[in-house]
Order: sequence, then C-alpha cells, then structure tokens
Amino acid sequence: MGGERKIRILIAKPGLDGHDRGARVIARGFRDAGFEVVYTGLHQTPEQIVATAIQEDVDLIGLSILSGAHDYLFPRIIELLKEKGAADIQVIGGGIIPDTDIPKLEKIGVKAVFTPGTRIEEAIAWVRKHVKPRG
Amino acid sequence: MSKDDLTRIRQGRRLRKRDLEEAESKVPPRSHRFSTVSDLEIEALYTPEDVKDLDYSRDLGFPGRYPFTRGIHPSMYRGRLWTMRMFSGLGGPEETNRRFKYLLEQGETGLSVAFHFPTLMGYDSDSPMARGEVGKCGVAVDTLRDMEILLDGIALDRVTTSMTINPPASILLAMYIVVAEKQGVDRRQISGTIQNDMLKEFIAQKTLMLPPGPSIRLIVDTVEFCTREVPCWNTISVSGYHIREAGATAVQELAFTLADGIAYVEACIERGLGVDDFAPRLSFFFDSHIDFFEEISKLRAARRMWAKIMKDRFGARNPRSWMLRFHTQTAGVSLTAQQPYNNVVRTTVEAMAAVLGGTQSLHTNALDETYAIPTEEAAFIALRTQQILAEETGIANTIDPLAGSYFVEALTNRIEHDAWQYIGKIDKMGGMVRAIERGYPQAEIAESAYRYQQQIDRGEKTLIGVNRYVTEHPPIHTWHMDPAIEKRQLERLRAVKEARDAALVEACLRKIRDAALTKENLMPYIIDAVRAYATVQEICDVFREVFGTYRDPGMF
Repeated sequence: MGGERKIRILIAKPGLDGHDRGARVIARGFRDAGFEVVYTGLHQTPEQIVATAIQEDVDLIGLSILSGAHDYLFPRIIELLKEKGAADIQVIGGGIIPDTDIPKLEKIGVKAVFTPGTRIEEAIAWVRKHVKPRG
Repeated sequence: MSKDDLTRIRQGRRLRKRDLEEAESKVPPRSHRFSTVSDLEIEALYTPEDVKDLDYSRDLGFPGRYPFTRGIHPSMYRGRLWTMRMFSGLGGPEETNRRFKYLLEQGETGLSVAFHFPTLMGYDSDSPMARGEVGKCGVAVDTLRDMEILLDGIALDRVTTSMTINPPASILLAMYIVVAEKQGVDRRQISGTIQNDMLKEFIAQKTLMLPPGPSIRLIVDTVEFCTREVPCWNTISVSGYHIREAGATAVQELAFTLADGIAYVEACIERGLGVDDFAPRLSFFFDSHIDFFEEISKLRAARRMWAKIMKDRFGARNPRSWMLRFHTQTAGVSLTAQQPYNNVVRTTVEAMAAVLGGTQSLHTNALDETYAIPTEEAAFIALRTQQILAEETGIANTIDPLAGSYFVEALTNRIEHDAWQYIGKIDKMGGMVRAIERGYPQAEIAESAYRYQQQIDRGEKTLIGVNRYVTEHPPIHTWHMDPAIEKRQLERLRAVKEARDAALVEACLRKIRDAALTKENLMPYIIDAVRAYATVQEICDVFREVFGTYRDPGMF
C-alpha cells in the first residue's frame, strides 16, 4: 500500500468561453475522489494545455468546452500530444457537445465525452476503470 | 390584522399540530425537509403570523412608488407589455440580421445581440485566439462594416437594442452610434443597453480583458459620455444572470448583483457625476430559475432593496434613481439535454415567474440550447411562449397578483434579509472590488454549485429526465454553422483593412493611447476610431498595452 502514485488529472478550459462551472465542479469531484487535480484556468490555447499536461506529468486531460469550438480544439490537442510524444496521455471531454459530434471525437481518439446530466460518480468510476498512472 | 386575530391564529396552531400529526400518520411527508432550489427551507404552511411585521405602506406600497416592491410603473403590463427581446447571434452578421428580422416579423419587440467569444474578449476573427470560435456562439463583429450589416434595414429610432458586451462595450456602443448616424438617427434618439458589467465577469462569466481598476474606468467613461450625449441609453446592465448560472443561489445572485451595483455607483460618484444624473440609466439583469415562488420573491426583494440603497445610502432624490428596472432571462442552467422538449415547460414556468416578478424585458430560452445556438424553429417556440403568457393566460392583467400571500411576502422578506447579510459582509471587506480580489464571491458560488450538483447526484433535488423518469430520447435537429461563414468573415476583414485609410486608423489609435494615459474620457476617440474602421482588436490591443491584462486565478 502507498507505493502506487495517485492518478493525476489536468482539467483544462480551451478556447475563449468562460463557462467554468462544469470544469470546477468536476475538478472538485475528482479531488474529493482522491485523484490529484491540476486546473489550467481559463482561455487556454491547445499549445498551452499540452505543455501543462507534459510539465505536470498527468495521466489524463479532461477538456471542458461550451462554445462549439470542440471540433477544432479537440483534434488540435490530440495532434499536439502525438507531436510531443505524449500520446499516452488520455483525453476525455465534457460540456455542450452535440450527440452527433461525439462519434467524430471518439474516432480521433477522445476516450469519453461526458455531457450535461452526467453524475460526478459516473466520471469518477470511468477514471478508476480506464486510467492507470503512467510509467 | 388585529391583535386578537393573531392571538386566535396562535391558538389555532395547537389544533393544526394535531391535524398535521394525524394526517402524517396516514400519509408520511414526501421529504424530511422541503426547500427551494437554492436550499431555503420551506414551511408546510404560512399564516398571517409569518408576516405580522409587514407594513403595507412601508414595505409594499403602490406600483410606481417607493419602495417599488409591487413594480416600477403605476399601470405595469396593463399599459404596455414587457419587451420581448430574444438573445440572438449566430454565424456572421448576415445570418444574425436575418434572425433579427425573422423574430421581429414574429412579434419580437426588441433586439438583443449575442456576440461570438472573440468579439466578447476583444479579438478579431483572424486572431490565433479565435481559431475554431468564429461565429459559433454568437455573431462575429470585427469592424463597423459588420455592425452595418448586422443592423441593415432595422430602423434604430424605432427599436431598442441590448448588446451583451463587456470588456469592449465602449467599442460596440461606438459602432452602434455611428451606424445610427449613418441612418440619419441622432444619438440622442437611440435607446438600448450595453451590459458593460465587468465585476460580474470577474466573479462568474470570466469574459476578461483588463484588470478591475481600468475595467471600471472604461465603464465610468461610458456612463459619463452617455449621461451627456446618449441620454436614452442604459449604460450598465448590472447582471445577476451569469452569477446565478455559475452556481449561485437566489440570495447570492441578488446580493452580489446589488453589491456590484453599489460599486458602480460609488465609482461614478468618485468621477464627480451627480447620482441623479446617471442612476436612472442603470439597469439590471436577473436569472429566472425553476423555483417559481423563490424567483418571484427574489425580484420583488431586489426592487425594494435597490430603492433603499439609492435613497438611503446614496441620497438620490429623483424617484427614477430609486427604480430597479431589469431584464430577465430564463435559466439556461435549468435546461437538460435529456428529453429536450421538457425545456419548453421549464422555460414557460420561469417566464411566468419573471412576469409575476415584474420584469421590463424577457428572453425565453430555446429548447435546444443545451446543444447549440437555437434553430429558427426553437427560437420561434420560445418567443411564442412569451406571447401566449402575455395574451392568453391573463397573468399580465393585474399588477403583482401574489402580493399579500403569506408565503410570498415571508419569502420576499427572508431573501431580502439574507441578501443584506451578504452585502454587510462585503462592505466590511471594503466593497465588492476588494471582495472579488480576495476571491470571496467566487468561492461562495463554487461552493453552492458543488453542493447543488451533489444534491442532484444523490437525488435530493429532482431533474426530470436526468435523475427521475429517465428514458432515451431520439436526437433532435440542432443548428450547425456552415464553415463558409468563417471564410467569408476573414475575407471581409481583410477587405475592410485594405480599403480603409491606414494612416487615419493609426492616428485614431494613437489618440486613444494618449488619452488612455490621462484621465480624459475615451469615448469620443473610440467613436472616431470605429468610424475609420479600426477593428475591435486593434482598439483592445491599445487598452491591453496601456492597462495590462487580467487572468482568472482558476480556483476550484
């Protein structure tokens, strides 16, 4: 016991929308569940998010987007992770994302999308099942 | 109510207790604790005892008279209905202009512009910060050219326009003034609202550009300028909506909004403006959430509190300075992606609360807003909802019909009492700007948001379709932006930059920079710059350079 390091999660708000209620609620939920949580704060570019994820050595990035810019921002972040040799950092998303866009996001490598109405427990359970501390 | 009556009611309580125990032994209560959506505890029954200290003349009075609890106009909706003002902005100015005209044809009575995030944050559509955002969550406006297209064919002396814009509020107002000028409409004749409320941005919505100090300087510049030259313009819309949507309770929404209002009044007085010269043009914006009686009570309490603040705290003499006039939007956050048609019902109830609360204008959310910008059909249903309430249901036919309800008056008093407690705390901290710098309202809101989510997750609060009566719903049609719109926007911006007099733009920007370094009012220089087709970002870059930028500390 005590040997394994905790799961580290970056909660990130890419783009310009300031609606951070969901991001902050899930960040708190993850922290209360025993994960280590880093929150980027608002108005982050994909480059900034990927740099923070690598610097903080996280296992998972949770992206929260409301603005409709997910169809640009998600692929850009996944592309940058690959470029920087950090493709093993998993990416999940949440926010205002139409159901019809979810398969497209999953196809480019987004592991799960949690839309409004998701219970905090569901997201926690997903992380426990799918994320292991890297290396 | 006489003393004897109250004694009889008190005596009746013993019988009532027995009746209740008997009833509950047969049918136990549905919950061990009943509370509003904001978690104020609700009693099973309210009687005259709960409002025994209520003094009609002092606490309610008549509509159109201090303290305005029953409404700001003597005749309220018997004279004129509230303004039906649907928040609209999608794609480019062409698409949004079409939506405006469509809604006006359908009976909308005022315009309300939703700008896309780059404009809200002071970036042009060609900025790297704008990648993926152009036209998505509102309309793209980069230069006066876009504003001309946005308002094309709309007579600005006949319609009032609300613009939800904060850091670049002075710039968009300047554009509106110039478009009016080009239509031959004098700036003294135009009327509308700029939101221009930066304090709530630091607290909740986070559309940020400059630090608090310079943000307030720009706001006071617009107030001072409009007081002199655009007398029918509402210079600030002090907004609780975003505070509530970020997770605040009804009491927090009310308290933080009024505390923001107090901070603006203080800043304007410090500039040397006479309170009665600018206060009549301050307006407010509230959320109407799903808890019907709590919302009505909140709105009634808001009017009474602002009247007291303006009269007693600031010594305003003009009754118009005491009046809290407000726009309402039904609660976006109350809507669900699951079973989207339920949202029509929620919005209807929320709109009813806004009307019974005495709102001056109203936006009703569309059923598909948990997915995207509303389709034309969804916006149509939302507008028709208001029209049905106004013209079929009879709720607009008498003023403040819930006055005198033991419950509503008790709840109004309770909300007012709790909101004063918050305002007292904020005063002790040295005012709202200091409280925001300490992160106080932000932390209170985050706490409430988290608590509410836990209540939903545990099933203590019900969301139909989410934690009760859960069923699958087939997908509905939603709005998607045509990618060609972004291309067109970028091309137009390039063409405007090529066609304009570059030296003139440069000179205008230099004058803004010079004036920003002094205490001079910036509005006249901003008007000159937009008239020369300077872009939103070019002007904001000057602000950023002179005043510095602000980043949210990112607490959770």
